[in-house]
Amino acid sequence: MSESYDGPILEIENLHISFFTQGGEIPAVMDFSCTVMPGEAMGLVGESGCGKSTVALGVMQDLGKNGRIVGGAIKFKGRDLASYSEEELRQIRGSEIAMIYQEPMASLNPAMKIGRQLMEVPMIHRGMGKQEAYERALEMVTAVKLPDPARILNSYPHQLSGGQQQRIVIAMALMAKPSLLILDEPTTALDVTVEAAIVDLVKELGETYGASMLFISHNLGLVLEVCDRLCVMYSGEAVETGSIRQVFDKMRHPYTQGLFRSIPLPGADKRARPLVSIPGNFPLPNERPPGCNFGPRCAYFETGRCDAKDVPMAEVPGDDRHGTRCFRWNEIDWAAPPAAQESVAAAEPGDVVLKVDDLQKYYEVSRSAFRGGTTRVVKANETLSFEAREAETLAIVGESGCGKSTLAKVLMGLETATGGEVKLANFDISEVEIEKRDTETVAAIQMVFQNPFDTLNPSHTIGAQIMRVLEKFKVGKTQAEREERMLQLLDLVKLPRAFAKRMPRQLSGGQKQRIGIARAFAGDAKVVVADEPVSALDVSVQAAVTQLLMEIQRERRTTMLFISHDLSIVRYLSDRVMVMYLGHVVEIGSTEQVFAPPYHPYTEALLSAVPIADTKVKKRHIVLEGDIPSAMNPPPGCPFQTRCPRKASVPGGLCEREVPPMVTLAEGHRIKCHLPAEVLEAMEPVIQIEATAAE
Amino acid sequence: MTTFLLRRVGGMVLTALCLTFVVFFLTNLDPNLEKLAKSEGSVRMSDADVESWLDKNGFSQPLLVRYGQWLGVVPYKHPAPDSDATVTCRAAEPGEEPPTFCGVLEGYWGYSTVFKDRVGGIIGGKIAATGVLMFWVMVVMVPMALLIGVLAGMREGSRTDRSLSTFSIATTATPEYVSGVLFIVIFASSVGGLRWFKGTATSAIDSGVTFENFTLPVLTMALYGMGYIARMTRASMAEVMTAQYIRTARLKGVRFRDVVLKHALRNALIAPFTVIMLQFPWLLTGVVIVETLFNYKGFGWLLVQAAGNNDIDLLLGCSVVAVFVVLVTQLISDIGYVYLNPRIRVR
Repeated sequence: MSESYDGPILEIENLHISFFTQGGEIPAVMDFSCTVMPGEAMGLVGESGCGKSTVALGVMQDLGKNGRIVGGAIKFKGRDLASYSEEELRQIRGSEIAMIYQEPMASLNPAMKIGRQLMEVPMIHRGMGKQEAYERALEMVTAVKLPDPARILNSYPHQLSGGQQQRIVIAMALMAKPSLLILDEPTTALDVTVEAAIVDLVKELGETYGASMLFISHNLGLVLEVCDRLCVMYSGEAVETGSIRQVFDKMRHPYTQGLFRSIPLPGADKRARPLVSIPGNFPLPNERPPGCNFGPRCAYFETGRCDAKDVPMAEVPGDDRHGTRCFRWNEIDWAAPPAAQESVAAAEPGDVVLKVDDLQKYYEVSRSAFRGGTTRVVKANETLSFEAREAETLAIVGESGCGKSTLAKVLMGLETATGGEVKLANFDISEVEIEKRDTETVAAIQMVFQNPFDTLNPSHTIGAQIMRVLEKFKVGKTQAEREERMLQLLDLVKLPRAFAKRMPRQLSGGQKQRIGIARAFAGDAKVVVADEPVSALDVSVQAAVTQLLMEIQRERRTTMLFISHDLSIVRYLSDRVMVMYLGHVVEIGSTEQVFAPPYHPYTEALLSAVPIADTKVKKRHIVLEGDIPSAMNPPPGCPFQTRCPRKASVPGGLCEREVPPMVTLAEGHRIKCHLPAEVLEAMEPVIQIEATAAE
Repeated sequence: MTTFLLRRVGGMVLTALCLTFVVFFLTNLDPNLEKLAKSEGSVRMSDADVESWLDKNGFSQPLLVRYGQWLGVVPYKHPAPDSDATVTCRAAEPGEEPPTFCGVLEGYWGYSTVFKDRVGGIIGGKIAATGVLMFWVMVVMVPMALLIGVLAGMREGSRTDRSLSTFSIATTATPEYVSGVLFIVIFASSVGGLRWFKGTATSAIDSGVTFENFTLPVLTMALYGMGYIARMTRASMAEVMTAQYIRTARLKGVRFRDVVLKHALRNALIAPFTVIMLQFPWLLTGVVIVETLFNYKGFGWLLVQAAGNNDIDLLLGCSVVAVFVVLVTQLISDIGYVYLNPRIRVR
């Protein structure tokens, strides 16, 4: 291939991609243009279904049987990809253009050793021999910072953790030193601290190998960290494109603005930056409105103009390749603050409602389905103690495997505790299974689930499902009374009463989650456990659902346990925060205390790992090594000692020997750490907002 | 792995005991015994005669005792009612001192009333004959089925897929007695005019397998069994071809041929492997029709003889063989599964 080429690596001009189904042609991408220069990282941002992955597959010329490019051109190093023969395409795939996928486990062949999968690439494209390819694979595995490369090459994908698998996929993409790297949501399936390490690696390798990148993500914060330029997509179209600084600080499209306003920023106070959600729902590809696709949800919509004809991309003069797909961008006052929302005073916490004392939950698992025999113990929860007051939101934060879901199960009675007690209004429920709880207790502690798509029965109407709950909770004496109550609940979650007759499939994700919330509050719950209630929803909907949850909780003075891995949202809505790691509570305190120094080293790393979509925020950079240890085989001493960057500050290897005691730092602020007081004292804030005034 | 094997073998022994007991119970039901008495003694026996014949031959002992004797864990002897002598093992070699235990475990499989011979020897010879047939059927059937399945599944919905799928459905839908007769008519009779092969495989037993005498029986069985495996392979292959790691391989620039052979094949073979292993027991009993049709005296033919003539010991012997084959092939299937699928590990 032409090594001396120095024009744009990738030029996409007015690309149109459609899928042809039995229902006819469905346009997935319309009038999409972008240019990626050598060494440049281009971000593609948008919510699910906006067509960003389709663009990537279009570049790969792998749209499947139904997909077809119906207009425009994709030029790779100046040559139209449509003119490549099947054989030529095969030759540039993997060697010139390489791809990194969303789910690392699914994208590695489960029946092939890692080594062979890696070696294949240079053997195909560079004609290398086995030995040489092996050397190269070894070199790449070392480059992606995996320990013990030789052993890794000799293992199967399922023997590695998610983070390690993704490193392998990255290594595989870089085996033939491609000039363009396409990353399709490369970290979505990973935990925050692992994500931070992967992002770091991608940036570093991008620089070392000089590859251009097309980085697809729904996370604006990640794009800010990785990319030079970005392109915001909405419903198949690019709505705004430009350099990171221009789009982040000087956005010129209402959707971009809406997107930014609907993400909570952990650096900002909630009163200074209230969450504003975008009204309405994402249009289905076959139900797009005439004119501007964003029109029906746009605050600046002008009838007769925005819905008259298709909107072309307009150049923002004075900026470097900054374009927006809006007729009115010149007329809108972009500096105007979002419409003032009535600020709700924080509810005064009341009496203790839920008290958890030294809770333990161990699981016994047999190692192999074939032999049973020896059992191993998974310590999912270890000496958990906390209390939650009336009208208070307690956030439980931690990565996968930290035991937060187990805690929820014990609270709900789906599991019984191994030790300790859980007191709901002075009555110990830790040993009582859900079947044995009385109606009152069941109704008093309810849950909002993570995935609204699976938690509604697809064959019953919404109304019937809520009524069923009311019936179970013995609310209302007659059917008519319950029906009235059900309609009130729909009002409560701000859904039209007509929804009672609808089936779940007719609802969008956000609406389904509202039903989930209505169900949880049906029996006047005292405690609501919300297990990642918005993480399965799109960004623009998340804000609305979060807002609703907070509102209902304040009004009803319910205690909410908000389980999440997303520190931004936690900062936004919780009164107190509890950080968990490997079954232990490592830090607990009020939101202000936890988000400000002194931190537990894990909280510190977690805060640093959260991608923040704000150019004015400065973060201290802390990257954790390795993965979360297995709860089946936890490390001795402090659970965090294997990854702790501050371990060296504790003398005498104390961390490896003893589980640290809970240390009280301030009223209500406790951490589980051996670090001496002066080290904690000297900690600096992880997130700082630059003092520069807004433009 | 050793622990796994030991556990599996333990389970197999238990299963074998249960199954043989069921067969023993069914073949030793009263009407069967009465029939046996009448065929061995005389058809015009009175009920009392039958009773005394059964007594004399040890059939009046409790069922469990007789099962134990057959198994070889209870001493085989019962007093002859009309004399002081005791009846001992009939399956022992002539001239050999009759042993105390005379059961399957000691290698005495009983005495066939039809062939007037020891069951062990008869089954051994017939199993060998059927083994030869099965071997050739497998040699023809498995590679053909896998080839058809993989070719059809690698491009789902293509013309190749549709024609091969139609072919495999057609072969599975045609029973052996139809295809066998058709083959004989077309390839081995004056009606079809093509006298390429022989319509009987009898000569294969005496003078060895030849292309001429074995092609038709093998083809009849192979075609019938092939469609099923091919369909399974196709479904499995088609599913694997849509997997994300296949896309990864394709976008790595791997040639289509190598995508199929190196990336898809091993994953696609996991499901059909179990099915192939299940074909062994099926072949063992499925040979009945083909062996009768082509007059090949193997295990299937023997089974028919035993069942038709109420030959209790022979039936029991046949079922022991069948149970053994089922259990062993399932063990092999499990071990092979572990080898094909690295995600499953037994320690």
